[in-house]
Amino acid sequence: MFYREAGDFKTSYEADSQTFPIAFDRYRYWVILAVAYLVIPFLINDYWANAILVPFLIYAIAAIGLNILTGYCGQVSLGTGGFMAVGAYSCYKLMTSFPDVSIIIHVVLAGVITAVVGAAFGLPSLRIKGFYLAVATLAAQFFLVWLFNKVSWFYNYSASGQISAPERMLFGAPVTGPNTEPWVQYMVCLVFVTICAIIARNLTRGTLGRSWMAIRDMDIAAEIIGVNPLKAKLTAFAVSSFFIGISGALFFSVYLGAVEVGEAFGIQKSFLVLFMIILGGLGSIFGSFAGAAFLVLLPVLLKVIGVDLLGWPTDLVSHLRLVIIGALIMFFLIKEPHGLAQLWRIAKEKLRLWPFPY
Amino acid sequence: MKDSVESYVTDDGRTIGGVMLDLRNITLRFGGVEAIKDISFNIREGEIRAIIGPNGAGKSSMLNIISGFYKPQEGEVLFDGVARPPMPPYQVARQGIARTFQNIALFEGMSVLDNVMTGRMNHMNASIFSQAMWFGKAQREEVENREAVERIIDFLEIQKIRKTPVSRLPYGLKKRVELARALAAEPRLLLLDEPMAGMNVEEKEDMSRFILDLNDEFGTTIALIEHDMGVVMDLSDRVVVMDYGRKIGDGTPDEVRGNQGVIDAYLGVSHD
Repeated sequence: MFYREAGDFKTSYEADSQTFPIAFDRYRYWVILAVAYLVIPFLINDYWANAILVPFLIYAIAAIGLNILTGYCGQVSLGTGGFMAVGAYSCYKLMTSFPDVSIIIHVVLAGVITAVVGAAFGLPSLRIKGFYLAVATLAAQFFLVWLFNKVSWFYNYSASGQISAPERMLFGAPVTGPNTEPWVQYMVCLVFVTICAIIARNLTRGTLGRSWMAIRDMDIAAEIIGVNPLKAKLTAFAVSSFFIGISGALFFSVYLGAVEVGEAFGIQKSFLVLFMIILGGLGSIFGSFAGAAFLVLLPVLLKVIGVDLLGWPTDLVSHLRLVIIGALIMFFLIKEPHGLAQLWRIAKEKLRLWPFPY
Repeated sequence: MKDSVESYVTDDGRTIGGVMLDLRNITLRFGGVEAIKDISFNIREGEIRAIIGPNGAGKSSMLNIISGFYKPQEGEVLFDGVARPPMPPYQVARQGIARTFQNIALFEGMSVLDNVMTGRMNHMNASIFSQAMWFGKAQREEVENREAVERIIDFLEIQKIRKTPVSRLPYGLKKRVELARALAAEPRLLLLDEPMAGMNVEEKEDMSRFILDLNDEFGTTIALIEHDMGVVMDLSDRVVVMDYGRKIGDGTPDEVRGNQGVIDAYLGVSHD
C-alpha cells in the first residue's frame, strides 16, 4: 500500500540504473543517513559506541570487502583476518613513520597497501577455484599473522609484540588513542562506511561489477564473450582487500587502540566476516550491513537476555552463542542461501502488493 | 561461385563479400583422439554459413576453435586475411567474434539487462576510479551502452523481461537472451551453436526470423550449427558437412543435398 512503484516512472536510463530506483527506498535511505549523521552522534555514549555501533560499522566495511570478492566475484576467501592485519600494521607503520600526516590519509593508504597485498595473494585464483582457492587464502591468513609476529620491524620492536595507536588529531579532536570521545570514533567510522558503501555500490552496478558477476556465474562463458578473467579476478581481490584493509586499519587505530595480531586478526576473524556475508546475503551490499549488524548484535542481545535478565552464567551464554550462530549458518545455507538480504527483498515484494495477496 | 574471391549477390539480393574467416588445414587432438582432421573451409563476409553433421562430428569443437577456446595443433585461422596468433578467448571476442552456446551459458544470478550489458564489455573502458565515483566517463558509457542494449532488447522483443533474473526464465527465452548478449557485442561474425535445439516450431520460426533479420539489417556474418535440416537448408547460403572430424561436403544447400557422402553419413551406409 505505502510501498509501491506505481507512478514512479523513469524517463532516462540514468534514473533507471540508480541505486534506489523506488522513491520510497530513496526516502528511507536519506532518513537513515540523516539519523546516522545528525541524531546518533548526540545521543551516543561509551557503551553504545564500543559494544555496538563502532564494531558494527567497521565489520560492515570488512563484510562489504569480502562480499565483493566472495559474493560478487565468487572467489571464496578465508584470508580476511590476515588482510585486516595488513591494514592495521600498515596503518601503524604509517602513523609512527609520518606522524604529521593526517590519520585519514594513513587509513586510506593502509587500504591501498592491503589492496596490493590482496592482489598478490589473488594470483593463485587464476589457476585454482573453489575449495582449493579457499585453502590458498587460508595460507595467506596464517602466513600474514606469522609474518607480523615474527618480524619485529612491523611492531617497531616493542617488547610486548603489540602495536598501539599513538594519539592523532583531526579538526582538533583526538581520533585515536585513549582520549578519543565515543562520538568521534563513531563519526570517523561512519564517514568511512558511507564512502566505502557508495564506492562498492557504484562498482558493482557498473562494468566491473558485471564482469565480476559473470566470472562468478560462468567463468568460461564470461571469457568467451570478452571478460578478461585475469583483470576481473585481480581487481576483485584488490578492491575487496582495499575495503578489508581500511576496516583493519580502523579496527586497530580507532576502535581497539592496541592489538596483538594473533588475537585480533586470527582465523576466527576470517570466519566471523565470512559468516556475516553468508547470513547477511552473498552478492548484496545491504546484506553486508545486515550480516554485520546481526553478528555484532547477537552476542550483546544474548548477554542482555541470558546474563542480565535470566541470570545464567556467562560461559553458558557464550557457548550458547556459538551454537546459535552455527545453527543459523546451517539454516541459511539450506533454506535461504541469499541470506537476510533475500528475506528483506521478499518482504519488499510482499509489501508492494499489500494488502492484496497478488 | 563458392570459391571465387569476388563478392556476389544472392538471389534474395544480399551482397556476400570476400572471405572473412579462413580456416586452413585445422587438426585438433585431445590426447590420442583426433576430433578434427585436416579441415579447411572459409566464411565470407555477410553470409550465413551452416556447419552440420551427425553427433560427435566435431562441429562444436570447430566453433570452439573459431572463438579461441581450443587451440588447434595444426593449421591456422586467418581473420581478414591475417593469420591469428594464439590468443585468449576474450581477445578473440574483441576482434568482433561473438557466440552462443549449445547448453545455455547465461549468467544465472544476473538480470536479463545485466547479462546483455555484459555482452558490451568490449565497448566500455572507463577507469576503475571513474566507475567507483559513477562520474564522468563511466556514467556516460553506461547510458550510451544502455541505449545500444535497449535497441537489441527491442529487436529481439524481450522488453518485458529486461529486469527479470535469468534463472526465472523459460528455456526458449533464455536462448533468446543469449542471442541478445552475443549481439550486444556488435560482432562481425556471430557463431550460433544449435540456436534452435529443444525449441518448438513457433520458437524455431521466431529464431529463424531473428537470424535472417540480423543478417539482412546489420549485415552480420553468421556461422551456425543446427540439426534441423529444414531450417539449415532454408537459412544458409553455404553448408559445411562434417563427419568423424572430417569434412565430407561443402557448398550450397542444393549441392550438399545431392552429395553422396553426405547422404551416406546421414542415412548410414552398409560397411561390407
